[in-house]
Amino acid sequence: MSPSVPLQEMIRAIRSARTQCEERGVIQRECAAIRAQFRQADNGGRSHNLAKLLYVHMLGYPAHFGQMECVRMIASPRYSEKRVGYLGAMMLLDEKQDASLLITNSIKNDLSHSNQYVQSLALCTLACMGSAEMCRDLAPEIDRLLRASNSYIKKKAALCAVHIVRKVHELGELFAPAARSLLAEKNHGVLHGAVVLITELCERNPETLERFRKTVPDLVQIMKGLVISGYSPEHDVAGVSDPFLQVRILRLLRILGRNNEAASDAMNDLLAQVATNTDSTKTVGNAVLYETVLTVLDIKSESGLRVLAVNILGRFLLNNDRNIRYIAMTSLQRIVGTDHNAVQRHRGTIVDCLKDQDASVKRRALELSLALVSATNIRSMMKELLLFLSSCPLELRSQAASGIFNAAERYAPSQRWHIDTILHVLTTAGGDVRDETVPNLIQLITNTSELHCYTVHKLYRALLSDISQQSLVQVACWCIGEYGDLLLRGECQETEPVQVTEDDVLDALETVLQSHMSAPATRGFALTATMKLSTRITDNVDRIRSIVSIYGSCIDVELQQRAVEYNALFKKYDHMRAAVLERMPVIEKNSPGHTNGESTREAVKEVQPAKVKQAETLLPQQPANQVCDLLDLLGGSEEPLQSNPAVGSTVPVLPISTSSTAGGDLLDLLGGLEPTPLTPAPTVTVYEKSGVTLTLSREKQSDSGLTVTLTASNSTDSDISSFTLQAAVPKSVQLHMKAPSGDSLPARGAAKVTQMVVLSNPNKVNLKMRIRISYTSQGSAFQDTVQVDSFPEH
Amino acid sequence: MMRFLLLFSRQGKLRLQKWFTPIPEREKKKIIRDMTTMVLARQPRSCNFLHWKDLKIIYKRYASLYFCLAIENQENELLALEVIHRYVELLDKYFGNVCELDIIFNFEKAYFILDEFLLGGEIQETSKQIVNRCIESSDMLQEYYCEGETDFPGTWRKYHGGVYEQTCILTCGLKGIEITAGEEYRSRMYCI
Repeated sequence: MSPSVPLQEMIRAIRSARTQCEERGVIQRECAAIRAQFRQADNGGRSHNLAKLLYVHMLGYPAHFGQMECVRMIASPRYSEKRVGYLGAMMLLDEKQDASLLITNSIKNDLSHSNQYVQSLALCTLACMGSAEMCRDLAPEIDRLLRASNSYIKKKAALCAVHIVRKVHELGELFAPAARSLLAEKNHGVLHGAVVLITELCERNPETLERFRKTVPDLVQIMKGLVISGYSPEHDVAGVSDPFLQVRILRLLRILGRNNEAASDAMNDLLAQVATNTDSTKTVGNAVLYETVLTVLDIKSESGLRVLAVNILGRFLLNNDRNIRYIAMTSLQRIVGTDHNAVQRHRGTIVDCLKDQDASVKRRALELSLALVSATNIRSMMKELLLFLSSCPLELRSQAASGIFNAAERYAPSQRWHIDTILHVLTTAGGDVRDETVPNLIQLITNTSELHCYTVHKLYRALLSDISQQSLVQVACWCIGEYGDLLLRGECQETEPVQVTEDDVLDALETVLQSHMSAPATRGFALTATMKLSTRITDNVDRIRSIVSIYGSCIDVELQQRAVEYNALFKKYDHMRAAVLERMPVIEKNSPGHTNGESTREAVKEVQPAKVKQAETLLPQQPANQVCDLLDLLGGSEEPLQSNPAVGSTVPVLPISTSSTAGGDLLDLLGGLEPTPLTPAPTVTVYEKSGVTLTLSREKQSDSGLTVTLTASNSTDSDISSFTLQAAVPKSVQLHMKAPSGDSLPARGAAKVTQMVVLSNPNKVNLKMRIRISYTSQGSAFQDTVQVDSFPEH
Repeated sequence: MMRFLLLFSRQGKLRLQKWFTPIPEREKKKIIRDMTTMVLARQPRSCNFLHWKDLKIIYKRYASLYFCLAIENQENELLALEVIHRYVELLDKYFGNVCELDIIFNFEKAYFILDEFLLGGEIQETSKQIVNRCIESSDMLQEYYCEGETDFPGTWRKYHGGVYEQTCILTCGLKGIEITAGEEYRSRMYCI
């Protein structure tokens, strides 16, 4: 076919422009000429002009003035003009433009045209940019074409129907009968379109799915024909007969066989046949095998078939082609939960993939390796993971670090190993760890009292070598402050003894204080540590005094405040200094609010210095009152705080303990952290509908009140956002809801939202609560109400 | 379902864009920028699959052109590679040893071929020969000039000299329009 000369000349002119400015000039001139031509009456060159405009549009220049010309050309009787007109419509018009409505009539006429190529243009455009109104208008036409036309038109009509169903879901019913009958066609294009249409209908409507289950034997028959029959030149791709159709049929079988024994049985033989017969030397064969494996793993297949599928994935893992390894790991990730042992067999290969050059493969290998860590292989896996961490690309570091922490926490064979691992991670990737690592590590360290000496020695050495990793420095400062006396004592069973003088230690802390690399939070840690050492060392107390008074005039308000208060502790309250700065009690991880308590402990020192510090330093004078006032600010009907540190749900940081709810409130300033409930509080499920589950668990009970936690989770396949709870109680009961941990629920229960509710029931009436749940899922808002009549007993 | 197909050169110049869902113009430009930076930054022998937002991006380099196809999460990536390869084969057959210049100077033909292969984000025709034949017939339809309507097979013969007769046989032979001798037949042919 002869090319369009005016178009090619223009393209040549544009390409020969040497600068951007020159190109713009050429294009402006051409556009002006095109505009003038559009305004003129019909001449022979209309399609050339529009083609030129489309080229200019592809370069990124505005071309909206061509929209009406497209509409006019579509209505033209000449095929060449129609062709370019429809192309322009697909490129320049979309359903948001008003001009798109004008072509509805043209499309309608062209759909009943006598020439199939004109019909195909109309079908193509409708499937590309048909809006919902256009689809509704033209759906009967498409249905007619589905039933009675030649195969060329039928296959296009089928895909047009798919587009219509995607735009207007209700019209699915209209096309179901026609789709059924299309399965009897011999033409592969029509078959393919029919399978896509049926897949779309089944995915949208479960009743349609039930009806189409009866087609499973037909589909199996078609597949068998494709797999077994001899070479067909028209559809053969590298030895596989029509892989595109095969993959589509396999996908439809997957949808039909899911959760259905009978259908799954009917396809077992076929799947086994495809899995064994398909040639896997080329990508095409692997594509079909991949789809087969996905289908086998998703339906209720027999165990032999599942083993076959996992073995195929194992073979993929050893393939030289990176793409194949990548998808093998993606699929293994999906089944690592259900077929854990089968995947464990391939652990070695997966760990090797951690060393692959390609970033995508590395990412997949990391996720899969983390999923495969178990109590038996923790040591060897951790070695590999730590090696990976030291050389991994930046974007994967934080994921690797948090994965390592989780694994270490769950499967640590010994405390010392655990601490070593965490220290190793902090030294290699300290900048990429999450904020709660610091308090978690501190809590871990305080718990292992026999290793305090070892830990503080190790941390001291790490501090000497590198003070740039903030998390590491913070932990080191805290430990030196706490266990400085152990450090100075010099001897330690676990490491070689090293002589550390008091000056050395103070030097180290001062370096941290003065270094420009230290974050403000780190400096706070260092200052507090220096202060704590005043009770643990004997000779250099004066030095500490002078450091503290210097910082009394520091520009950083936080440090200044601390220094001033510590100064006061030296001067006015010297008799209390020893008591205030004595060793911290063991911190226990007890209730859901508790881990947050830890993070608030240190963070609290940064964020809420005034309130908490006052409580700490002015402790003996006005204990209860101060902190009671504090709590009143935060609301709630908790009892005041005579409870001792060891009691479960309290934060024993301060010698006066604040209850966990206060800790929870302070936490809200820091944002929601996912609490890990470590003691199972008595829970009851109060609401379970459309995938959203709400449970209620009792936290605390007193004579006149009750604290409960509401936990929400989402087991559907789509994320939920703007999740809020509102509660109402009988008149005499007082209700106070704390801020929730978040308002979005990721799909498939990946994370939960918790909210604490405090009920005060002085009149001891029968406690009832009505909860309204509202959320947004898949773009639409939901609301529901549930009544809770009984609360879980202790 | 496929979401979009982009072709761009090694310098990042766009050669073809096909969008299968309605997207505002500004967003299209942003997506094109994102895709070109992401794909051009990849190492030579790395994996052909990327993750971007909630889509999978399959890309392949053929000579100086990058083919970038975005598919939804439940689609088969290896098959998407085959789709790209099939499109390249179609272009190659049509243009004869296709190169980037062919696609630059005949971009509308590249679109027409794509529209015969993919439709509404799905594969339309799985046979190479049928797609090629359809393109050739459409091109023929565009080429030849004919006046007005012809009503009966008899009148056809009046035009049957040289080219018109050939065209008639071609379009009939494709089982698109079935003509039986003696039957009334009405058609129009369109011109440049």
